[in-house]
Amino acid sequence: MGPIIPIYEISQELNFLIAFGIGLGFGFALEQAGFSSSRKLAGMFYGYDATVLKVFFTAAIVALLGLTFLNNFNMIDMSIVYINEFYVTSAVLGGVIMGLGFIVGGFCPGTGVCAAAIGKIDAIFYLMGSLIGIFIFGETYPFWKDIYLNNYLGGLKISNAFDITDGLMVLLIIAAAVMMFWVGEWAEKKFARPDITKEI
Amino acid sequence: MSHHNYISRKTKYMNPYIAGIILGFVLLLSFYLTGRGLGASGAFKSVVVSTLDAVSHDKVEASGFYAKYIADGKNPMKSWLVFQVLGVLIGGFLSGALAGRLGWKTEHSPKITSTKRIVLAVAGGVLFGFGSQLGRGCTSGAALSGMATLSVAGFVTMIAIFGTAYLFAYFFRKTWI
Repeated sequence: MGPIIPIYEISQELNFLIAFGIGLGFGFALEQAGFSSSRKLAGMFYGYDATVLKVFFTAAIVALLGLTFLNNFNMIDMSIVYINEFYVTSAVLGGVIMGLGFIVGGFCPGTGVCAAAIGKIDAIFYLMGSLIGIFIFGETYPFWKDIYLNNYLGGLKISNAFDITDGLMVLLIIAAAVMMFWVGEWAEKKFARPDITKEI
Repeated sequence: MSHHNYISRKTKYMNPYIAGIILGFVLLLSFYLTGRGLGASGAFKSVVVSTLDAVSHDKVEASGFYAKYIADGKNPMKSWLVFQVLGVLIGGFLSGALAGRLGWKTEHSPKITSTKRIVLAVAGGVLFGFGSQLGRGCTSGAALSGMATLSVAGFVTMIAIFGTAYLFAYFFRKTWI
């Protein structure tokens, strides 16, 4: 019965080894997909490369379906699985600032690590910038505290918000993702930039 | 430059849907083993907190934001996410090595200079780092992992990140295209 580590107490060393192993797979998949290239990532916002959309939603579908089946076969205790807590104000505002950071800097932290790993100098500077950003938030925390804790709705699930079953919600998300894949494939042809895609 | 990808053999990058399936199984494995998804920005927070702790322990202890990461003599670097991100670094390096993509490079549109790109990279990093703390996680921990558990927070963060990037894409087009 999963999740394994919270249920069966394992040593800290083994726990960190598992963390490292999962990270290996995470970094490998991101780099293989091309997330180590800022111009490939940015292609998402100009239409010439929809890799981000395809990888992101395929991964989400696999994990959603996997968790749904594990739960149905009683192989995972979903009450222990962490559901992100929803603080409406800070989720929206934080997301908006991150989105701006994405189009300005070309990476998010995970892809930045992948890009730095293969020698992208812009990514190394991006990561140093993120450390500064985290530091600024920490130092000015008292100023943001109210926004940070405002409008708390707990670990709200989208299926509960719409009052439908998890399974139906997953099905709807898959349908939406397939439509987005279709739009992504269309955009890559419509806004094709062979000069850029050849370089990256 | 010739790229020889030892994995896909023909193209430079793996088919995005196959890469997505692999990433999805890694994410699922993380949930099955640890009860939580993947992350990235959390490890950077650990770096910031431990650096500050070394500089001024008392200040960190008194901070409303940092204190919990060093409570009870905890070492912020001895965290699950730090080891996971070390794995990301090595995993990314191995993939790049196998695909023949290793090398020092700064990527940007020919319309801007490398110096401008570096300045924008730092600025983008500052914004993303700040936003990831306010939003309780980045694209990995909040958006992707959040979506996998059907959390509204995950979907809202995802839409906010990508929606904002789309809204501002026009103004930063010279950096990329």
